[in-house]
Order: sequence, then structure tokens, then C-alpha cells
Amino acid sequence: MFGKLTLDAIPLHQPIPLVAGSFVIVAILAVLAWVVIAGHLPYLWREWITSVDHKRIGVMYSLLAMVMLLRGGTDAIMMRSQQAVAFHSEGYLPPEHYNQIFSAHGTIMIFFVGMAFMIGLMNLVVPLQLGVRDVAFPTLNSVGFWLTATGALLVNVSLVVGNFARTGWLPYPPLSELTYSPDVGVDYFLWALQISGVGTLVAGINLVTTVLKLRTKGMTYLRMPIFCWTTLASSLLIIAAFPILTATLAMLILDRYFGFHFFTNEGGGNVMMFMNLIWAWGHPEVYILVLPAFGIYSEIVPTFSGKPLFGYRSMVMATMAICIISFCVWLHHFFTMGAGPNVNAIFGIASMIIAVPTGVKIYNWLFTMYGGRVRFATPMMWSIGFMVTFIIGGLTGVLVAVPPADFLLHNSLFLVAHFHNVIIGGVLFGAFAGYSYWFPKAFGFRLHEGWGKAGFWFSLIGFYVTFVPLYAAGMLGMTRRLQHYDVAEWRPWIMAAGVGMILLVIGVLCQIWQLVVSIRHREELRDVTGDPWDGRSLEWATASPPPAFNFAVLPDVEGEDAYWAIKSRAREQGLLRSEPEYKDIEMPRNSPTGFVCAFFATIMGFALIWHIWWLVALGGFGAFVTFIVFAWRDHDEYIIPAAEVARIDRANREVRLAAISHARSPS
Amino acid sequence: MSESDLHGPAGLAPGDEEEVRIGPRVLGYVVGLGLAVLLTVTSFFIAGTDLVWQPSIPVALVVLAIAQMGVHLVFFVHITTDPDNTNNVMALAFGLLIVFLVVGGSLWIMSNLNQNMLPMDQIMQMQR
Repeated sequence: MFGKLTLDAIPLHQPIPLVAGSFVIVAILAVLAWVVIAGHLPYLWREWITSVDHKRIGVMYSLLAMVMLLRGGTDAIMMRSQQAVAFHSEGYLPPEHYNQIFSAHGTIMIFFVGMAFMIGLMNLVVPLQLGVRDVAFPTLNSVGFWLTATGALLVNVSLVVGNFARTGWLPYPPLSELTYSPDVGVDYFLWALQISGVGTLVAGINLVTTVLKLRTKGMTYLRMPIFCWTTLASSLLIIAAFPILTATLAMLILDRYFGFHFFTNEGGGNVMMFMNLIWAWGHPEVYILVLPAFGIYSEIVPTFSGKPLFGYRSMVMATMAICIISFCVWLHHFFTMGAGPNVNAIFGIASMIIAVPTGVKIYNWLFTMYGGRVRFATPMMWSIGFMVTFIIGGLTGVLVAVPPADFLLHNSLFLVAHFHNVIIGGVLFGAFAGYSYWFPKAFGFRLHEGWGKAGFWFSLIGFYVTFVPLYAAGMLGMTRRLQHYDVAEWRPWIMAAGVGMILLVIGVLCQIWQLVVSIRHREELRDVTGDPWDGRSLEWATASPPPAFNFAVLPDVEGEDAYWAIKSRAREQGLLRSEPEYKDIEMPRNSPTGFVCAFFATIMGFALIWHIWWLVALGGFGAFVTFIVFAWRDHDEYIIPAAEVARIDRANREVRLAAISHARSPS
Repeated sequence: MSESDLHGPAGLAPGDEEEVRIGPRVLGYVVGLGLAVLLTVTSFFIAGTDLVWQPSIPVALVVLAIAQMGVHLVFFVHITTDPDNTNNVMALAFGLLIVFLVVGGSLWIMSNLNQNMLPMDQIMQMQR
């Protein structure tokens, strides 16, 4: 009846997951109870859960990413503290549990923090920057988000029901095959990623279509903000790379569920094919993560330098070059696994070449700042912190791109330090930069600067104190994923990394407190004009938070930095453009399709993990029926009357006019 | 939101279709079907025949397969040289490039691995 699922699956005899799990369950129940008792449920259901508004979906993606960051960060704290105490001793985490922790840490941080944060910011900002009213497929967007949430949920369910993979964040066979991992851990990984992978793929398709087909009048390709370009490149990579992941994991699923032999040596399979395929997805994946972050910096640096971006066209070229070359370097993840010198040399050279367009970008940002009047607001601090940190990470990357050096450093803590250097310094700093930059646009009030800067400094210093020692320990020969060790030379470096972890935690706490303080003082931090940073692109041309329809009249673009041109003209003339003729606006209706689909997908995923076949059929059938019902809908749009549009837009025009005359009046 | 606001009549939203008379469309599909069937039948015929020089058969099959793909792209997927079709052509080119890189790269890597990492008994056989 319940497949492999029995009461033994709940880890009653393991105190740590049990306590952590019950704490999380109690917290979730408390939040749910508060929502229901305070009567917020209808509001949440109508305005958020069923929303197909790209801004709301973007916010929910980012929120998911931040919650998952806390989960993945807790794993990191446990690993660092385990290694800090596990010198000549077993530490406090048994190997069974420690292996799950590092596997879950990697999986969560890449798929549910990095990807979710980047897709969230792209969703929030790209339609606004393109000057349009929504993404190309609004309901599909909602489906994509909720499927991602399903994946995150399944990974976290493994904390209390059964266990997670003990294989590392990429389940390399033969360890991940049924012979060596007979329990459900790897299955949790596989089904969580298969389901959220579908969500990521539809998000990619949606964003590509939006950028290619929905741009406002005059928004030619070479007038798009760089963030739209990096969104395009990143989404193209999603479309090209994620099917490889899905196919590879499907092969592993066939091996585990149906006794196939894709990756087992006994039946004529080849283990190395898994490494090859997973990294053919995995390397583009890191550029999927970092390209949108590059786009965020390219928006922030010109805004806070008060200058147009230096080398716009070279930035576009560099982005598209990275998009292609990222598919030519994947072997550098397994230089040591037996390919010959020719293969290693070619892929090593390609890996060094891909650093060139990235270098072009760094110089462009530096030259944008050069001669500008730089304002050191929180988003700009993150951007400058990124530039310094990412250069170090890039250089160690070029170092391990040299095959002979990689033979010494492969799977050492040096490698761990390298990829944390680029992912934290590149992606996470970018996410925080984008979060503090676009928060006023999403919610209508700014974040508290003081706590933001405190968060930045603790994160930056904490990052260096954590990961520079790991470089050193790696040079001394310490490999990754050690549950305990007995080499005395490594000990001081590991202790230093533990101290850095504490600083990073303080940084996170500062940012949580920043959010609390900002919400409390939202009236003082209110962004009335919709343009709090003196921005240059179209998202700042509308109110904060933007109305559901984004723009009362779709803007007309005449050059790069579209909003800067409109604003400059208004400032010169001292008045806004004459009031447009308002028309009725059709907007897509909210739909529970995404949530219901994901509900059934969760049931199906859980049932597949535990081999409960009747429940698999039920979940699959439910998801399919949801799709049919949606396909048969009669009304998919609602009308916002012209009078309502006019009322909303006039209010915003008024404050903007006041701001202009204030700026012009001699002070 | 109406699409014509954004791009004028040339730009079509995904899923939208221009209104076209049915006749020429049906004709296009019929011609495509005819060509596809012809190419398929020819392939099966060539595979079993001894009318042509035997070693040329695999080459002929490859040529026919590529022609088949071309027919599908032109008549069924509607890839044209029309300016409005640039996105589709670019997407096709990008897809081909990625498939070439990933499939070609994988073959190269795996064959290299096989040479370098032969099982011990096979190495012994080669040395004998």
C-alpha cells in the first residue's frame, strides 16, 4: 500500500534531524496558523498564490531563494563546525549524516538559491525594463515557479521522512547506483530535480520569448538594458542545457528503477558517460547563474556612477560569447579522469579563453566608474565587493584550468574555495545587489542603508576569512568532504574558516534585521516618485510598486538608457510629456493552475520516491486534469477601465512633476 | 495587451497565426507529405537493393536522411528566409551548434577515455 514507506523512515533515533525537522514543522505550522487565524488566507490565495503577475512571481521566487539560503546556510554552519571539532575525533555528526549535509548544501544552494534568486529577479525586472505589461506566458510562469517550489519542498521533506542523498550534490555513479545507495536518498535528489527542472525550463522558454517577442516600441535589441541581454543569454543556456540534465538524471532513474545499465560497468554501461553528460549541463549551469548577476552589476554600476555604461556593445558581445563558449569547457571538471593530453589541452585552453569576455566586462565596469560621481549606496557596495572578489575567484579558476595544476588540486579544498569564491562573490553578491537595488521598485520603500552596509561588510570580510584559509588548506592537500581528519597543519586553517563562518552568519542576521527595520520604518523610507536611485532604464519610469499593468501607456524608446532620455528632457523643459490618451487595458486573469499542478506534482514526486505506484498514477492524473481544465478555459483576461488607469497614472505624474520642479528650483 | 501595439502587423505573438487562405496551405502540406514519403520509400528501397555499388549505400542513406530533415523544416516547421523568421532560423542554428558541440565533444572525450583507460586484460591482449 505504501511502497517502501514505513514508520522507520522517520529518524526517531537521530536527535539532530529530528530536532531540526520538528522545529521547522512547528515554525511552518505556526506561520500557517497565524495566516489562517488573522484571515490573510483569502488575500494570499487571491493576490499571491494564484497570481500570474510577473512582479509577484518574481518576488515569490526571491523569497523562496532567501528561505532556502537559510536552510543551505544552516548546512554550511554544521559542516564548518563539524570540521572545526573533528580533529583526531569523530566530531558531532556521524558520517551518514555529514554526507547528507554536504549533498543537500550543494543541491539547495545551486538549484533553489542561485537559480531561484536569479529567475526571480529576471521575472521581476525584465518586463519592466522592456517596457511591457507581462511576460509572454503568464500562467506558465506561475507553473514554473510552483514546480520549483515543489522541488525545494521534496528536498526538505527528506529531512524528516527518509534521508537525502549521500553522494555529493551531483550523484556520481557507481555510488549513486542501487548497489551502493539502496535507500531513497538519491531518489529524493532525482525527483526533486526532475520536477524543478521542468519549472526552470519553462521559465527559460518564457523569458526568451519575452525578450525576443515582447518589447515596447523602439526597443531594438541594441537599446535593451544589459540585464535583458544577460537574461536572454542565460535563458538560452537554460533551454540548451537543462534537457541534458533531465536526460542524464532520467538515465540514472532507469538504472535505479528498472535495472538498466547506462552507468553500471557490469551490464556494458559506462560510469564516465555520467560525468561527461552531467558536466555538459553543469558548466553552462554556472554561467546560467552568473550571467544574470553580471547583468545586475551592469545596471547598478552606471546608475550609481551617474554615467552611461562604458562599452555597451562590447558588453553585449562578451555576454553572447560567454553563452557559446560555456558549452566548450565542460571537460575541465574531470581532467583527472583519464582523457588524453590532447583533449585536456583543448578544454584547458577553452577554459582560459572564456575568462577573456569576463575580463572585458570587468574593465567595462571599471571604466564606467572612472570619472563618474560614484555614490556608495548598498547596491554599489555589493557591486564593488563583487569586482574585487570575483577577480580573485577568476584567477584561481584560470589556475585550475591548467591541467597539470588541476591534477594537484582536483577535489581539494582549493577547488572548494575557488567555486565558492565565484559563486558567492559573483552570484550571491549579485543577488543581494539586485535585491537592495530593486526592492524599492517591488515594494515601494527602500531598505535601511545602515543595516544593509553592516550586512555587506560582515559578508565580505566573513567570506574572505572563511575561504582564503580553505585555499591554504587545499594547498596543504586537504580534500573536500572530510568528515574528520588528523593532520595537524590543516587545523589552524579550518579553525580560521570556522571564525569566518561566524562573521558570515552575522552578515545574514544583519540583512534579516535590515528587512525587519525597513518594514517597520517603511513610511520614512517610502519611494514616492518611483525613481529612488536616479535610474536610467524603464523600470524607474513607472510608480513603485508598479501598478498591475506596469505602464499606463507603453513607453516609446528612442535610444539606450531609455528612461534617462525621457527624464533629461522633462528636467530641461520642467514638465512631463503631455498627458496621454488612456485606454482600457486587458490583463491576464489569475489562475490556480500553477499551484494545483505543483500540488499534484509534489504528490507524484513523493510517491515515485517511495514506490507508491497508485499514488503516482493519482498525482499524474491530477496534474494532467489540471492542464486540461486550464486549456478549456473561456475567460483568460480581465479589463482595467481607462478611468482607473488614468486615476493611477495621474497620481504618479503628479509626484514626478513635483520632483522635477523641486530639482529645478534653485537651492 | 494587443500585439499590434508593439510590433505592427509583422510581429506575431507566439501562438498567433496570420490569416491565410486555406488552399495554398493544404497544397504546401501535401507537397511536403509527398516529398517525405518519396524520400522514405527511396531509403527503404536503396537499403535492400543491389542496383547500386554496395559501399555507397550508407552515404546515400545519410544524404536521404538530411534531405528528409530539410523537407520537414521547410514544409512542416515552416522555416523560411522571411525576415520575420530570423528568430526561428537563429534558434535552429543555435540548436545545431549546441548539439554539434555536445554530441561531438562527448564522442571525442569518450573515445579518448576508452583508448587511455582500457581494462587490463585488453591491454595485455594488445601487447601480446
